[in-house]
Amino acid sequence: MQKLGDFKLPHFFNYPPYFTLQPVRDTRNKQVQLWKELILDYCRTQKIFVVGLEEDFPLFSNPVVERSLSHEAREAFLSALVSEGRAEWLDKGHRKCLILWHRIQEWADIILSFVKDNGLEDSVMTVEEIRSGTESRGTELHGIDRTILIRALRLLEQKGKLAIFKGTSTDDEGVKFSL
Amino acid sequence: MAGKWLETLQQTSSGRPVFLENEIECSLVSAVDLECDELSDFPSLKSGLLILTTHRLLWLPPDSSTSSTSSAVSLPLSSVSQIFSSKKSLKSMFHSPRVRFQASLNPGPRSVAITIVMRGKGDCDAFLGKFWENWRARAWEKESESTRSGRGGDSQSGSGSANVSGGLYTREGAVRMVGVSGILRKEQEMWESTDKSLQEAFLDLNALMSKAKEMVMLAEKMRQKLLTGSNSQTGTTNDEEMGSKEEMQDWLLSVGIISPVTKESAGALYHQQLSRQLADFVRIPLERAGGMMNLIDVYCLFNRARGTELISPEDLLRACSLWDKFDVPVMLRKFDSGVMVIQNKSHSDEEVFARIKALVTKPDALRTGISPSDAAMTLGIAPGMAKEHLLTAESKGLLCRDISPDGFRFYINLFADINTDDVYLIKDHSMYATWVRVASASS
Repeated sequence: MQKLGDFKLPHFFNYPPYFTLQPVRDTRNKQVQLWKELILDYCRTQKIFVVGLEEDFPLFSNPVVERSLSHEAREAFLSALVSEGRAEWLDKGHRKCLILWHRIQEWADIILSFVKDNGLEDSVMTVEEIRSGTESRGTELHGIDRTILIRALRLLEQKGKLAIFKGTSTDDEGVKFSL
Repeated sequence: MAGKWLETLQQTSSGRPVFLENEIECSLVSAVDLECDELSDFPSLKSGLLILTTHRLLWLPPDSSTSSTSSAVSLPLSSVSQIFSSKKSLKSMFHSPRVRFQASLNPGPRSVAITIVMRGKGDCDAFLGKFWENWRARAWEKESESTRSGRGGDSQSGSGSANVSGGLYTREGAVRMVGVSGILRKEQEMWESTDKSLQEAFLDLNALMSKAKEMVMLAEKMRQKLLTGSNSQTGTTNDEEMGSKEEMQDWLLSVGIISPVTKESAGALYHQQLSRQLADFVRIPLERAGGMMNLIDVYCLFNRARGTELISPEDLLRACSLWDKFDVPVMLRKFDSGVMVIQNKSHSDEEVFARIKALVTKPDALRTGISPSDAAMTLGIAPGMAKEHLLTAESKGLLCRDISPDGFRFYINLFADINTDDVYLIKDHSMYATWVRVASASS
């Protein structure tokens, strides 16, 4: 079986029609479904948060069968993820796409359990510390996309679980947990 | 059902009359009754289609009336003894126009008066004129004469005056010169009107012309023989023989339609009659092409068979569109792409799909797909037509496409076999499993 780094590719990745946007509705629906699963799977295992349509994204081409997705096809598959709430366009021109293999709500839950696990219920952390500090090492939060993290924190702030404040000395934001 | 007075007229499967040799249609009038007051058991012939030819009067029953008990009949012009000119009276103003003539019917020596009643819009005077001309022309006599003595011995034209030089050709436009035989007649006529000294000089040419006519007859005969031969024979023919047979058929098919339907002769009934003639004509080419033909190919073949009196693409399309209304074994079909074809009604897409599926599931095709030209070769049809079939199969979910720098190819559709919950799962005995086996064996 073919691999992309340490990611195991399904067999149909070598099926040439998989790389051509199918015009017939039923066939297209199935194809879109399969692409959505594959993109989410790949991004989750490879910790990829942003996919650029004009950049080389390894999943979008297959050198073995010499096929790659057209721009139209890439946009169609990512749009399908966006419409399901599993991705968001970062710009109006649809050039960059934020992949949400965990929805924002799920990320918020992960943050809460991280705080509880580390006994940080009443402490203060910077956003950058959450992303790359020693506490988060080994968790899913390590290396999380900043945009996603801020969005999850704002969701928790709305629910009164924490407060976000501007730091005085640095341009980084601070987080005061209050569970 | 024609009774004892009139001969039954044979019709083709699409309702066109079967013509005699060299018989040409001259005028068509719809909604015509034939009446004979003198005979009590004369068949009831109401509002049918009347066709005047160089040899006969033909009456065809109307299409719609399934209850009609009358069948198509014919009356040879040779039996007509007199045609009465229509009386212009006050009474005739309120009547449907009618033409009366005297004819001796079979059996019996008695001569009776028959009335043609035109209930439709037909031009009565024009019909009468043509009726009279063709009756006077005595084309049937010329036929038997020429077959007896050959064209060279025809001394009728000796006097040189135009209106006796072979009754059929008296006045310009009286009879249409159509089809291959029309060309031959025209040549013959031109030759007859030239100087006598030239006649001698071109005696050889004359002989050639009469030979040409024989050739056409021979060709027609051979075609019939070939057709019956290819249907009944199964084992004994070898490939070479088959090849030459096919070649012969190709040649003979283009020989021509003796009496093409023309706007002049059919008038308002033009498209209807053209439609029927076309239905008769395409039957054989369709069989050879596997049940489906491109409209453009039919257009070329049909016009080649007509020789002269070519029809326009619009006429062809209208003729095809009229098939819906008649009981003919062929139909016009429009593909999603807009390509139009003529196909046998018995032609089934399922059969074509089955063959495409067999083609596309061969190990090589599983790996590399098929192109329209691959399909064309296997199915024995034109690439354009093959592509239409492939696209139809794709829309049915049988195939899916692959567009790459290598071109446009089709693969068997595996998407349905793949499990979206577990993309790594390969169901046993599925087409997907077969494909995985073939694909991994090659890499």
